[in-house]
Amino acid sequence: MDLMPIFVVIFIFQVFILKQPVPNIGEIAIGTCFVVLGLTLFIQGLEKSLFPIGENLANAFARKGSLPWLLVFAFSLGFGTTAAEPALIAVADEAARIASEGGLVADTLEAQLAYATGLRYTVAFAVGFAILFGVLRIIRGWPVQYLIIPGYMGVVIMTALAPDTIIGIAFDSGGVATSTINVPLITALGVGLASAIKGRNPMTDGFGLIAFAALTPIIFVMAYGMII
Amino acid sequence: MGLINDFFAILLSTSRDILPIAGIIIFFQLVIIRRPFKKANDLLIGVIYIILGMSFFLLGLEKALFPLGSLMAEQLTSPQFINHSGNSPTDVVWQDYLWVYIFAACIGFATTLAEPALIAVGIKAEQNSGGSIKALYLRLAVSVGVAFGISLGAYRIVTGIDLHLFIITGYVIVMIQTLISPKLIIGLAYDSGGVTTSTVTVPLVTALGIGLATAIPGRNPLLDGFGLIAFASLFPIMSVLGYAQIAEWINRRVNQINKR
Repeated sequence: MDLMPIFVVIFIFQVFILKQPVPNIGEIAIGTCFVVLGLTLFIQGLEKSLFPIGENLANAFARKGSLPWLLVFAFSLGFGTTAAEPALIAVADEAARIASEGGLVADTLEAQLAYATGLRYTVAFAVGFAILFGVLRIIRGWPVQYLIIPGYMGVVIMTALAPDTIIGIAFDSGGVATSTINVPLITALGVGLASAIKGRNPMTDGFGLIAFAALTPIIFVMAYGMII
Repeated sequence: MGLINDFFAILLSTSRDILPIAGIIIFFQLVIIRRPFKKANDLLIGVIYIILGMSFFLLGLEKALFPLGSLMAEQLTSPQFINHSGNSPTDVVWQDYLWVYIFAACIGFATTLAEPALIAVGIKAEQNSGGSIKALYLRLAVSVGVAFGISLGAYRIVTGIDLHLFIITGYVIVMIQTLISPKLIIGLAYDSGGVTTSTVTVPLVTALGIGLATAIPGRNPLLDGFGLIAFASLFPIMSVLGYAQIAEWINRRVNQINKR
């Protein structure tokens, strides 16, 4: 049901607008069955594992009452899941290639590798920082818009200042941090914390971690592009 | 047999993606919190579901949807399909690309609706709002935002209008909406912007952006292609805030009518 629109769109455009036959119908049918099966299993798995894990950890930390450990956990979760993300590795390598073509980095393999690694850790650090800061916000009860709006202003200002070649990479890295596995986990953590702490509302305070994780890499990567 | 090999390759890489997350969680649960996992069996089954589910999902996308979607993006932006009506070959007439905008909107809407991360956020929002936010409506609102954003982004690549102009105007609208929206929805609306740039949407949208930027003279695929992703994460914030405003207004109307 979730996938119906995609097929309707592709089918109508292929047959009526482009007026071309649909290639490899058999392969597409098999692929579709896999997508449906995969999505069904994934949603089952969410309720059984990622959601309860996030909530239980939030509850345990709230009961333990140790703020430093919670913040260490928040940072490691953001940093650890991002540093190893394959999509980020691909983006960083691509960025190093563009940078060396543009003459920003020496045209040697070592220089490119150093640039890509630096970029990767910049993004991972940005996401770690975002989750840490976001968790602190939930605990303190700061309204999300007071932090996000200055963040967006930062993005706009940085976009005007940063070199053109880094901007595309910066926006791409913002998307990399929000992978299919850490979004449910981080959402469950935020909502769990907001429900466990007295005086916090899971709706107003619990959401917003993902927004931070998508925002900070853009700013940090543009800063990286300006420094290097 | 190729299919089975592909499946195992994806299964392996998905498991490897999960390892660092699992490592961090196990470390904190056992060493810092010092308590065993509740219902460890269920958790393990759940994780296996997630890994298998992701693998099937990605394999299916790679086999069926991505190649066809990218091919269509290429065909729709190719000079053979576009009936050029400008006087010289370098004249870009934005009306010529009407089908591209429509395709951009449709594919943005459809892929966002199937985005697993958004499904997860929708479930959480429905559970915690006491049912006042419906998961399906939230996903529809986000999808409408992405559809509009990508379509406008395609128009921007064709006309070559400065990206900053759109982004700055967009953020100003978001700020104004934030001031007048119900407080409950704000965090969720901002999250929706981050979620859309995920597994299903990005590859297809990138293919469309690069196809467009390559086909139009004077555009740079590296600089213009990315603009679409920025649009895809800005407009859902507006549409979700808008959805909340409309829902609140309808509720108020219903209450007024009931009082009478």
